[in-house]
Amino acid sequence: MNGSIRVSNLGKAYKRYPNHRARLLEWLTPFAKPRHERIWVLQDISFQVHPGQALGIIGINGAGKSTLLKLITGTAAASQGTVQMEGRVAAMLELGMGFHPDFTGRQNALMSGQLIGLSAEEMQTLMPEIEAFAEIGSYLDQPVRVYSSGMQMRLGFAVATARRPDVLIVDEALSVGDAYFQHKSFERIRSFREQGTTLLIVSHDKGAIQSVCDRAILLDAGRISKEGTPEEIMDYYNAMLAERENQNVRQETHASGKVQTISGSGEATVHHIALLNEQGEAAEVHDVGSLVTLQVVVEVHHAIPNLTLGYRIKDRLGQPIFGTNTFHKEAPVPPVADGQRLTFSFQFRLNLGPGSYSVATALHSADTHLVDNYEWRDLALVFQVMNLSHGYFEGSAWLDPQVQLQGI
Amino acid sequence: MMALARLRNLANYRGFIKTSVQREFQSKYRNSILGAAWTVLNPLAMIFVYTVIFAQVMHSRLPDNNSTFAYSIYLCAGVLTWNLFAEITSKAQTVFLDNAGLIKKINFPRLCLPVIVVINACLNFAIIFGLFTLFLVVSDNFPGWAYLALLPVLAILIALAIGLGMIVGILNVFFRDVGQFFTIVLQFWFWFTPVVYPLKALPPNVRDWLMFNPMAPLIIAFHDILVGHATPQWGTLLAPALVGIILCLLGMQLFRARAGEMVDEL
Repeated sequence: MNGSIRVSNLGKAYKRYPNHRARLLEWLTPFAKPRHERIWVLQDISFQVHPGQALGIIGINGAGKSTLLKLITGTAAASQGTVQMEGRVAAMLELGMGFHPDFTGRQNALMSGQLIGLSAEEMQTLMPEIEAFAEIGSYLDQPVRVYSSGMQMRLGFAVATARRPDVLIVDEALSVGDAYFQHKSFERIRSFREQGTTLLIVSHDKGAIQSVCDRAILLDAGRISKEGTPEEIMDYYNAMLAERENQNVRQETHASGKVQTISGSGEATVHHIALLNEQGEAAEVHDVGSLVTLQVVVEVHHAIPNLTLGYRIKDRLGQPIFGTNTFHKEAPVPPVADGQRLTFSFQFRLNLGPGSYSVATALHSADTHLVDNYEWRDLALVFQVMNLSHGYFEGSAWLDPQVQLQGI
Repeated sequence: MMALARLRNLANYRGFIKTSVQREFQSKYRNSILGAAWTVLNPLAMIFVYTVIFAQVMHSRLPDNNSTFAYSIYLCAGVLTWNLFAEITSKAQTVFLDNAGLIKKINFPRLCLPVIVVINACLNFAIIFGLFTLFLVVSDNFPGWAYLALLPVLAILIALAIGLGMIVGILNVFFRDVGQFFTIVLQFWFWFTPVVYPLKALPPNVRDWLMFNPMAPLIIAFHDILVGHATPQWGTLLAPALVGIILCLLGMQLFRARAGEMVDEL
């Protein structure tokens, strides 16, 4: 089937020679024992992407993401294992690659297109579309050296996606140019996806991965350390980032079937959490726009001079809707002692659209959970918002407009 | 089968090759006012120096040929063809390093790169040699039918150049010393080939060593055709042809074995 990717047992090792002479000696004595050591940067990578699916690849710098993409696109040769891929592949590993500064955008676009395997005739027919998409106006006929870096990226993106490929491989290129063009390029990737293009995306952008991908893979030190839904993987990844030192990240399957990630050093933990309605009763379903109180009971297991409680409301795709903490709300917690139990209340109008939401909590010192993470708890609470008292509206925010009409 | 697939792959990229060749040409004169005129002006100046200056001003003569332009033609025949050889080998020597960015980021048939080098060098050669031919016709020194014998001799020269260039180019990725060393070798090689001096200028004992230089019979063949208006002694070209084929095969073999490692090394 066009657009399927099957990676089996893929691995990549670089040869490391102690010095240049060792390589020469090795070349000259083909039957002697090798003089290099093999440095494995990727090992035992196996996964499969079906046509039309989207897979996100996540990992810290140096985890092997870019190497994996290079192996998949065939730029670099694998040391073991195979990659089987069918259909036309477009890879955006670096946009505007091979642009010559002295040539015009149009000439460079032609060249760039041919480099990725399109013919000159095809490029001629695609050119008006590229021109329209890049939106760089008369600059298209100016030498590329007068372009801003954003303009180069725009043109590069327009060329790379001029024709819908069966497989699109994107390496952190989603942040192309300004916010407007980011939306536009993302929209194009999304529409390719709807038309059946298989996607492989490497990104640190949580939102991008969660809103486009069906599945995600977490790469750690050259191996697949986890595979699952984007939300699950992103949560695990975030927790992992906070937990570089004391590796005690655990994931539990929540009652709703979702996977909950809990991590942290445990000096303080969330004992109980509830979303109370106006009557002060804990409820699972709330009306749009009603006054609610998020109540969090925290148990302290170790004296903490500077405790911060944060929470984040996420929609069903795991995209953050709102988040804050006691540090940013300038409600500092005085030093707390071992065994204390604290009750935090956050009262707000639930101006959210109908749907299912989750709350993640974080206990830490200072302003982010990246330092001294006491506890990070995803899916600490799940609640529903229903539209019981307002007219129909869509989206995840309730903005309650006042309608006025003039001119009658 | 692999080789066939490679060739087909290369054929699919002929558009890219064509555009690259065009680009290389245009980029040289991109920001100049006279533009493409320089493509002709530069070689014209060179031919002018070799012909008019050497023949009319310095009165250089070949020992056994007293016509006005004989030495000029001798010089051009040797230098122009040697330059073709030198251009291919020295460009091929750095072609992978120069295109490191492209090679690392984009998956395209890497063999396009040496092909582009050869086509570019041949185009440059065609321009300058065209002008030279024009000069031959105008000065009534055109060799006639023997001129056609240039083609096979040129083919051998190109095979020799690109085979050697590929090998040096690939080795140069791993050992930069190779490139430096080859530049020096090329210098000595030039003076060890009867390009600017007649064969007879060499002492007989040195002359014997020339049989180990595959470029010598080629350059002598060019001289035979263009100065002597005779077809070359085909027998002497067998060795360079063989060496050329072997170098090309070796180059391809080296490329096949080391292409993957080359990407890691760049």
